[in-house]
Amino acid sequence: MTSARRADAIVIGAGIVGAACAAALARDGFQVTVLDRAFPSAGTTSVGMGHIVAMDDSPEQLALSAYAQRLWHDLAPELDPRSELDHCGTLWVAEDDAQFAAVRAKRDVYAAAGIASEILDARALADAEPNLRPGLAGALYVTGDMVVYPPGATLRLLDIARANGARVRSGEEAVEILPNGVRCVHETYHAEVVINAAGPLAARLTPGLPIVPRKGHLAITDRYLGFVRHQLVELGYLTSAHVMTNESVAFNVQPRATGQVLIGSSRELVEWEASLNRDILAQMLRRAEAFMPALGELSVIRTWTGFRPATPDKLPLIGPWDAVPGLWIASGHEGLGITTSLSTARLLVDQIVGRAPAIDPTPYWPARVHSASAA
Amino acid sequence: MSETVAITIDAAEHHVAPGISVASALLNASVASFRRSRGGDARAPLCGMGVCQECRVTIDGAAHQRACMVTVAEGMRIVTATSAEP
Repeated sequence: MTSARRADAIVIGAGIVGAACAAALARDGFQVTVLDRAFPSAGTTSVGMGHIVAMDDSPEQLALSAYAQRLWHDLAPELDPRSELDHCGTLWVAEDDAQFAAVRAKRDVYAAAGIASEILDARALADAEPNLRPGLAGALYVTGDMVVYPPGATLRLLDIARANGARVRSGEEAVEILPNGVRCVHETYHAEVVINAAGPLAARLTPGLPIVPRKGHLAITDRYLGFVRHQLVELGYLTSAHVMTNESVAFNVQPRATGQVLIGSSRELVEWEASLNRDILAQMLRRAEAFMPALGELSVIRTWTGFRPATPDKLPLIGPWDAVPGLWIASGHEGLGITTSLSTARLLVDQIVGRAPAIDPTPYWPARVHSASAA
Repeated sequence: MSETVAITIDAAEHHVAPGISVASALLNASVASFRRSRGGDARAPLCGMGVCQECRVTIDGAAHQRACMVTVAEGMRIVTATSAEP
């Protein structure tokens, strides 16, 4: 549904966050232009896992991801086969009794946020995922979580934007963000609203944004239909993701619609060094094999790296950037940008047009950066 | 001394010459579809030298084995797309 005609808006970056913002703005009546230095989904969006997950790293992160989970369910009927949406749910796997106790606490935290989950004991977990090793304590099954193919979903979101009047310019690299405008190499664009959704590159265009690239490795196998049935994540994953150590790996495995198994995950702070780190890749695969020994029998056909836009407090930057008139930020989503793209877009557009957002937007305001540096 | 090797192709026993590749054995047995593509199309050997990946079959329970690169062995069990292996 398109509202009355509103102002012009420019979105920098045609990754999934930019595409979601473009779709939301265009549906709300804005005249949207999306600029990407390469092409849609050419950056972080194309190298991630595509796990739509309610994540309880902090109350603010849970609020944003739980809201996102609801928005993905709402969007599901509009997605097309390219998006490969799979309602497979997440199994948070507990290795021992201590972790299994944490599973109960996690269920209660999710329940308070309106996220449904079920506790699986050791036997139920073995039935659900026969290729996990014996002897695991159990799992928390988050039934509403999903898997999506991020480039496909991004193209669909851009289609929705275009159907509401947006235009998408590939090969148009933003050089400088101006008051109510963007200077590209050959052309300067003017608009009342400018959104910096440039992912890990956002800080190059808006100096002062505390976003650093956090490198990850992924490996994908040949097709083995039914080998994995849910997104599987070890309960210790949040520790790996949250602590800003130089290196960490965690068991995080995903079934793809093709029958392929996507194996993660790793985290490194090495600036923009993109080459495969064989040592950390081996650690990651060994970690996966420790949970699923039969993974060792499968053929990995491709490995790659990518960069997450990481922030010091593990929350994205969503909101106005007061130093530049008209500028709004939508970046810093670390490893959760596929999930929170939709809630980011809604929060942002609600604030731009002056509607009350569904959740408190203040924890994500980029202004907290200024307060932090002033303190 | 045995002049042939007994193998199973999609649950049927075959006696084939020793030393030949699984791909040769399957072609001699008139197997037309070694595997199915993601889109459901029939696939069969193209390069015959381990590069193109088109001839993959399940051998002794291991999926995605290149038929052209494996030599037949006594008692080997081969499953192709012909027996509805995805």
